[in-house]
Amino acid sequence: MHYVVCIKQVPETTDVRINPETKTLMREGVAAIVNPFDMYAIEEALRMKERQGGKITVLTMGPPQAESALREALSMGCDEAILVSDRAFAGSDTWATSYTLAQAIRKIGDATVILCGKQASDGDTAQVGPGIAMHLDLPQITYVRKIESMDERHIVAQRLMDDGIETVESPLPALLTVIKELNEPRLPSLKGKLNARKVQIVTWSATDLNPDPKCLGLDGSPTKVVRIFSPAPRGGGQMLQGEPDELVTQLVEKLKDVVLAARS
Amino acid sequence: MSDPIQIINDKCVSCGACVRACPFDAISQAERKAIPVIDLTKCTLCGACVQACKFDAILMQAKPAADAGAIAAYKDVWVFAEQHEGRVQSITYELLGEGRKLATELGCRLCAVLLGHDVKAAASGLIARGADVVYAVDRPELAFFQDEPYAAVLVELVRRHKPAIFLCGASTMGRSLVSRVAVPLRAGLTADCTGLAIDPESKNLLQTRPAFGGNIMATIVAPNARPQMATVRHKVMKEAPLDPAHQGEVRIEEVPVELLASRTRRVKFELEVETTLNLSEANIIVAGGRGMQKPENFAMLRELAEAIGAGVGASRAAVDANWIPYSHQVGQTGKTVCPKIYIACGISGQIQHLAGMSSADIIVAINKDPEAPIFKVATYGIVGDSMTILPKLTAAFRAALGK
Repeated sequence: MHYVVCIKQVPETTDVRINPETKTLMREGVAAIVNPFDMYAIEEALRMKERQGGKITVLTMGPPQAESALREALSMGCDEAILVSDRAFAGSDTWATSYTLAQAIRKIGDATVILCGKQASDGDTAQVGPGIAMHLDLPQITYVRKIESMDERHIVAQRLMDDGIETVESPLPALLTVIKELNEPRLPSLKGKLNARKVQIVTWSATDLNPDPKCLGLDGSPTKVVRIFSPAPRGGGQMLQGEPDELVTQLVEKLKDVVLAARS
Repeated sequence: MSDPIQIINDKCVSCGACVRACPFDAISQAERKAIPVIDLTKCTLCGACVQACKFDAILMQAKPAADAGAIAAYKDVWVFAEQHEGRVQSITYELLGEGRKLATELGCRLCAVLLGHDVKAAASGLIARGADVVYAVDRPELAFFQDEPYAAVLVELVRRHKPAIFLCGASTMGRSLVSRVAVPLRAGLTADCTGLAIDPESKNLLQTRPAFGGNIMATIVAPNARPQMATVRHKVMKEAPLDPAHQGEVRIEEVPVELLASRTRRVKFELEVETTLNLSEANIIVAGGRGMQKPENFAMLRELAEAIGAGVGASRAAVDANWIPYSHQVGQTGKTVCPKIYIACGISGQIQHLAGMSSADIIVAINKDPEAPIFKVATYGIVGDSMTILPKLTAAFRAALGK
């Protein structure tokens, strides 16, 4: 069994703002973390390996400094790490990103289960996981909340949909995207941290992936960002004053009509 | 492979215009008279610097020019009609409402695409909501959502009829599905849009969406690819009004049987029963956080929710303490919601929570701590104990609403 976990290094969204004067994105000094949903993907791969053996490869596409995200995954217990990095990837949207990661997974060759976080906290698209599955022509189970059973050829998992929980069986190999409910990620152990330092991270450039150049970076990206701006500030709020009974009366008065309209 | 964007040193006069023009802080100068450097890890190739440079010193790899004829062959605005057990979901009516505006602007038809089994009634319902044409595929294999056949059939229909715009709800179903549609079509796909418009000159679809947890808005285009695909956030757009007199045509489409195959198999589906209301469908949400102190106190939230017809939400802290299931969590690692009213009780308002609810029309915050960040986004703030306020609020609403 070979588990491949796709992760992304993201800025702590808490700190990302637009500079009001220059109107540019301020990313300087913003801490970089492993995308929170990807932590559940790493943890689940570790549990799968503990149950039925095999190997875990953690994979990311990004600039050279994304290596620290891979080291974190290694320190949790992943076996190998691959950084896919090239200036030719600049300007990649979700189409080109999922193509590039799919090419890397092809090169890995023997992936049994591919795990991704549901979405990344910077872009919030949730498009790359299913995109990879499609590029590889693999079945997918999105929003996985529980693995019910698994052997070398099949997996049965529960996925959380808007209106309920669906249990799905899929042949392997397959791609899963995972949500927080699935598990609680472990902290790296001291031994894990020491091991992580020893692992040689493999770096693949564009040419290593044998790609169709038309599918990479700018050329491979049908969408482009033309403008960024700060969201309109919320209108000035109002603090209600008075004793609890007065507060409640004021609030009901303000909300009553909207509640009636919203219920109909 | 050469860099997709380069500064030509011979032409550059180090004026710094590009540094100031870059919206992504991707260009820097080591000192005032130095030739700027572009950081390709930040650059999105938006072209702002190319336009700002008065000396033609920035060379951006040109995208292969769009084949205007091929682009023009794509017409009409399509809306994916999401149905659960034959019932069309309200997000679809919102898409039809927004789709109508776009179709009017482009002078084209508004079409719905409906996959399911025994869908005749649902199809005519879509016409009454403004669809000029409903492309329906009526097969037992499509009775409920399965990623593979749904995606394969949509790819086939898009290739057959060539819509210019394809809209889908940013629901769990929609987001799982459309990426699989966009990949083989090589279409641009934008997630979770909160604003759509037609560019008056190019007639391209301008897709605006929040990024970085809602701290930043981005407008995205796909000028050289068709269809222009987008998922749209629930509850942001206005529903198309019901008009039984509206005329339209239902076209039943046949598709090759191999497109209906699915490698995954549904073992079972359990509707969530815990909630009175599906959180993403709720027009009003009453949510509780750590300030609710213990799980039993969530009963107070549920009582208020019942009195005003609301869904129950929760902060991450409440979910992590196992006071309420994860499916109720609002925020970055939970759900993004956009109700008319959001009542936050004992929620401090961490940025990760705000990311999931700050686009609500009206936000009411009840919190003991007057410094809690939730008050910064609140329309109405009450400094006080939710345990005291909530029962009074429920009683007052019952009286006011005549229940």
